[in-house]
This record gives sequence, C-alpha cells and structure tokens, in this order.
Amino acid sequence: MKQAPTNAVPDKKRRSFFTQAAAGIALLTLAPGVRLVDLALGKKDETAVTGTVRWGMLIDTTKCAEGCVACVEACDTEHGLTGFNRPKTDAQWIRKLELEDEQTGKAHSLPMLCQHCANPPCVDVCPTGASFVRKDGIVLVDKHICIGCRYCMMACPYKARSFIHEELSEQKPHAPRGKGTVESCTFCVHRVDRDHTPACVEACSEAGHQAMIFGDLNDNNSTLTKVLGELASKQVREDLGLNTGVRYHGI
Amino acid sequence: MAIVPWLILMTALSLLASVELAGAQVLGNSRAAELDQCVEPTEFMRRNHMELLIHQRDETVHRGIRTKNHSLVECIACHAEKDSDGQFVSINAEGQFCQDCHVTAAVSMDCFQCHATKPDVNAQLTGLAIAMTRPNCQR
Amino acid sequence: MSGPAYWMLLVVLSVFLGAGLMAANYMEHEGHWITGMTNQIVWGMPHVFAIFLIVAASGALNVASLGSVFNIDQYKPLARISGLLAIALLIGGLVVLVLDLGRPDRLIVAMTTYNFKSIFAWNIFLYTGFTLIAAVYLWMLFEPRMGGFSKQVGWFAFVWRFVLTTGTGSIFGFLVARDAYDAAIMAPLFVAMSLALGTAVFLLVTLSIYNLTGRVEDWEWTKKLRRLNGIFVAVVLYFVAVHHLANLYVAQHIEVERFILLEGGAITLIFWVGQVLVGSILPMVIFFSSRFDALHWTLVGVTLVIVGGICQLYVTVIGGQAFPLDLFPGMHESSQFFDGAVEQYVPSLPELILGIGGIALALMIVVVAMRVLPFLPDLSHRSGVKP
Repeated sequence: MKQAPTNAVPDKKRRSFFTQAAAGIALLTLAPGVRLVDLALGKKDETAVTGTVRWGMLIDTTKCAEGCVACVEACDTEHGLTGFNRPKTDAQWIRKLELEDEQTGKAHSLPMLCQHCANPPCVDVCPTGASFVRKDGIVLVDKHICIGCRYCMMACPYKARSFIHEELSEQKPHAPRGKGTVESCTFCVHRVDRDHTPACVEACSEAGHQAMIFGDLNDNNSTLTKVLGELASKQVREDLGLNTGVRYHGI
Repeated sequence: MAIVPWLILMTALSLLASVELAGAQVLGNSRAAELDQCVEPTEFMRRNHMELLIHQRDETVHRGIRTKNHSLVECIACHAEKDSDGQFVSINAEGQFCQDCHVTAAVSMDCFQCHATKPDVNAQLTGLAIAMTRPNCQR
Repeated sequence: MSGPAYWMLLVVLSVFLGAGLMAANYMEHEGHWITGMTNQIVWGMPHVFAIFLIVAASGALNVASLGSVFNIDQYKPLARISGLLAIALLIGGLVVLVLDLGRPDRLIVAMTTYNFKSIFAWNIFLYTGFTLIAAVYLWMLFEPRMGGFSKQVGWFAFVWRFVLTTGTGSIFGFLVARDAYDAAIMAPLFVAMSLALGTAVFLLVTLSIYNLTGRVEDWEWTKKLRRLNGIFVAVVLYFVAVHHLANLYVAQHIEVERFILLEGGAITLIFWVGQVLVGSILPMVIFFSSRFDALHWTLVGVTLVIVGGICQLYVTVIGGQAFPLDLFPGMHESSQFFDGAVEQYVPSLPELILGIGGIALALMIVVVAMRVLPFLPDLSHRSGVKP
C-alpha cells in the first residue's frame, strides 16, 4: 500500500496476491501438485476477460455418486450460503438431482447448476441488464443494478436462480450477496479469474469421483474439450437452443 | 418523478457536508494507520472514493479486472480495525471507519447489505491452498 | 360528490391504502420470506393484483374509444371518467409492482438502465407512455380549444393500449422455459382480458358513483356496454379454450394441462369455478339475457367478471409456476430443491394487503380527481347521456 498517488501500477503489484503476503510461504511450500505453468498462464489482475475463452463444464453422470453432495457443500462453504433452515426460500446455487427413468427404472444422479448458456433467457428478460454474460461465457448477476423483479427466475429453464429472501450478514468478501437481489452459480468467477477451479469441481475430485471437469470450451487442447471429443454429451433442454456451457454425459 | 430534484439536492448537500469532514480519521488499530497515505492522496479519497469504487465495481463485475488499489475488499482489509482481542470489527459498526464518516455526512451507503464488513482472515492461506489443488483446471 | 358519504369513502380508502403501504414496508424490511413466495413461486399475489390493475387500466379506456374512435356520440361524455380510470388503475398496478420488488429503492435504476431485449423494459415505456397519452387525451377533452384533436389522440391511445396489453401478455408468452406459458396466444388473450376487465371495472366504478350520488335516473346507456362486456368475456373464454386445446394436443404440454384442468387442487378449482363458471359463463348469461337486464344484475355481472379476472390471473401466474419444470422428460425427478414437485402456494396477509392497497390507491385517485375536475357528466333527468 506504500505507493505513490498515481494510477500507474508497478509490475510488482500485479500478482500481489502471491507476492505480498504469501510469497515467503509459497516459496517454501511449492511442492509437487502446484502447476507453475498455470500461474504463468493465469489471467493477470489488470487484464479484462476476453471472448477467446469460453468457460464450460462436463458432468459425467456415470461417475456421479447417488447421495454424494460434496459439490453442494463445497459451494455452500465457498460462498457462505448458510441459509435459515427454510428450504423453500434459502439460496441454492447447485443441487443434486436424482433421476429415475419412468420406463426402465434406471437411476441417475447429477448436479444441476446454472448452465451458463450462450443465449441465456435470464439475460434476455432482465429489464436493467443486471443479468449478463461475461465475455468468457460466465453468466452473472450484477447485484448493483438488480432490482429484484425475479423475471429471470421465471425465465430460467433450470431453476438455477435463487432470490435472497432475507437479510444476510457475515458474507464472504469474495461473494457479496444481500437481501432483495437474485443470484446463481458464478462458476466461482473469483477463483477462475485467478486461475483456480470452481469449488464444486475441486470437491468432486477430492471426493474421488472426478465427475466434473472444468475448462475452456474454446481451447482444443484443454482436458475438457479432449474429453468432450471422446464422450457423447448432451445439453439439458437442448430443444431450447440455448447452447449451454455445462454438458452432461451418461444421461 | 418529483423525487429526482430532491435526490439531487440531497446529494449536493451531502457533498457540501463532506467537504467539512476534516475530522474523519483513520483508526488506530488498522493496517491503514501504519501507512503514510491511502492509494490516492487523502483529500482526493475523501471526496472521490465513491467514484473509484463504482468504477472498480463495474470493471470487476463485468470485465473481470481484479486490481486491488480501488477494490472495496482491499479498503476493508486495510481500514478495518482490530479490537483489544485482536478480532476485526465490522467496518460499518458504530464509530468504525466507513460508518463514522457516513453518519457525520448523513450519506447512507448500501454497500454492506451485500459486501462483507470484515477482512477474510483466511483469504490468503485459502488462496494458496486453492492454488495447490487444481486437479481438473486446464486451459 | 360531496358530503359525509364522500369523506367516509375517502377515509375507508385511506385505511386500505395505509395498510397496503405498511404491508409493503414490512415485506421490504423483513424480506420476502414472510410472504408465500418462494424460489419456485417467484411471483405471487402482488403480481396477480398488479397485472389485474394494469390490464384493466388499458380496458378502462374502452368507453373513451367508443366515442373517439368508433364515433358513438352517446359515450363521448363518459370519455373523461374513462381516461381518468385508466390512469388511476395503471398507477395503482405499477405501485404494487414496484413495492414488491426486492429492491424498490432502486426504482431509479429501473428507470435509467435498460436492456432493450427485455419485455419488462419495453413495458416500462409502454406503461409510462400510456399514462402520458391518457393525460394528454384528458387535456384535449377538458380544454375546448383542443377539442379538435381529441379524436386523433383517442386513436393514438387506442392503438397504444393494444400494444400495451400485447406487451403484458408477452411477459408470459415469451417464457420458453415453462410449459404453461410459452405461447404467442398469451398476447391476444391479454388484449381480450383487458377489454373485458376494463369494461367491467368501468361499469362498476361509474355505476357505484352514480348510485352514491343519486344523480341519474336513466340507465339506458349501460345496455350497450354490458352487452359489449358479454362479448369480450366470450372472446376471452374462446382464447382460453384454444390455448388449452393447443396444449392438450402437444405431448410435451399434456402434463401441465392435467395439472391445471384436473389434478391441481386449488388451482383446478379456481380455474373451473372461479374463472370459467363465475367469471365467464354466469356473466354471459346475465349480460345476454333480457331477464337480467335490471341495473342490479348488471352490477352483479361486472362484479363476477372482475372476480373471474382475478381468478384467471391467479391460475395463470401461480398455476404456471406451481407446476415443476421438466428438465429431463421421461424421468422422475427429485431433489432437496423440490424438483419434480408441485409447489403449494399459500399467499400471506401482507401480500394480499399490498395488492388490495393498489386497488385502494386507484380508487382514491379517481375519487379525489373527481372532486377537483368535472369528470362525470350529469345524467339526471335526461334521456340518454348528453354533454
């Protein structure tokens, strides 16, 4: 913070996240598992996101375990979605859907979250433009201009959005949320911007299921596109032509 | 829409009031107290911090720009005071940095209906931990 | 209008209006969890009332249009009250809508930041534009020097309100996600609803005021209007029938039809009894039969139309949301978030009071304005309406 009163940001400020406070620890603990190459490729704090990237996700329902809610809990923890023990009005950004084929009885289990459509109905209907698609494909709510009309919730085919029905406190600094506005999965945009994986994907992996893969749909060399090239996948409610960023395999 | 001129008047009055707020103080037991000045000269910050915040908010939310100088999270990280037990006090609590001045200037702020009022003590450690476990993140 | 009865009416309306404001304040302070609205039923009672008022506002201008657009001289003197009612109902509806917002304090954002692809954004212009046009129209009617323009402005208002109700219907019609909506017929259906509800509200309000003030002895002029109202109700019923028939034909929509028409419990009951029987068939019998042409039957008929309209909007707004989204057709869905389950909506008192407060506000505007300017023609001791 000891900086001249100018807008020019010295280079050393750029990755202050690591350099400033954590550098010492980081250097000491750089261990196998830390991918230096990711750090080098990561978006710099001062760079705007661009359309060369389109973030997306593949959910392999054949690996998703029935009854496992690791992704849901990780999301709740990450964003401080504590709730008031009122399930009908508490926020839910990701939920586990249990399915059963009405004809064959075959069961499926999968996480349902904002599908980060390329043509999202929530964005079309939002009167103020608070719902928007970021250049890198992440669908967000700008809560500064959300008036809480809930038209986006009427329009969303996935029931992915929640309205904040009561006053909140103790929010997480990286996940501002408050009464009277609408919210939904952000693909953990605060982590993605610093080149991290969304919390749900991480939790799924830690739980040993590896059912969720996150990555850049536009990059032919990403794990995501490679797997999508091998596995058959589909969009939920493909008939609507929304071009979702989240794809499902095995259903 | 009779409310518009009223709003303009109130804003103008509160701006006038803020000019007089020479007394607004950085609090003793905060990181800011150890520094010579804020990210911009103090006088500039007193009058214009809201412009910087609004600009930064749009840059961050819509364009993913996450520089720290003008970010609200960093304001709080630096200006939040610790109590005698070493625990952070909410920045919008009575007598605290944001609240104290805004009460004097009679300008309501709705930042803290949504935004955290205390620094996240685990933020940096968590950040590092996240960096070390990114199994499926690929570009 | 004057005397103790007038002040009594004002007091009663103020009480309802005050209660409505208090309810809104309570909802805003506590947050929406104290209402019956949830993350599945995101629009509730306030929206039923608000849409009712907005749709009726557009139709309240019918009588003015009969005079200015269709050149029926008999109704020209009633154009003023018609225009006033239109403005008042619209304001009442909009206030309810705004007070139900999660952030009503950000009204200024809604008025300054637009996404022009949003039907809501169009409607903000359609509604404010309508108020403006109706106000100009009233000015033309009151100002003798401008009287020559009243016909043109009347035409403009006539077209504008078709667009307005098309916009309101499209709020639902363009929702591709939900089986109960997603139909272009929503637009003409709402236009027809506005004609039926607007005429009914016009008749109820003007007849009540005339009754209260005892200024009229000849009710001949209501005959044509009630017959017209019957035709409008029939048109609404026709669109409703076509909408449901079309849905029944499409396999994808059969389940939602089964819900609304057969298995929806309260929704089904409100549809068949409230909307179809009470709101459509009975009024048509009253309006088309000479046996029921007494004035009090007309009052009964228009009241039933209004009740039916609220029922119809309830079935449309609540029923359409209560039925779960089908993400995976052919699969039985369940989750902690009530996927695959019909939502039970129980409106809370504050929501209800807020909605009724909107009606009170609309009536209050009418009652106060009538005291200031001569909106109602004097119909006493005359045969037919004359200026």
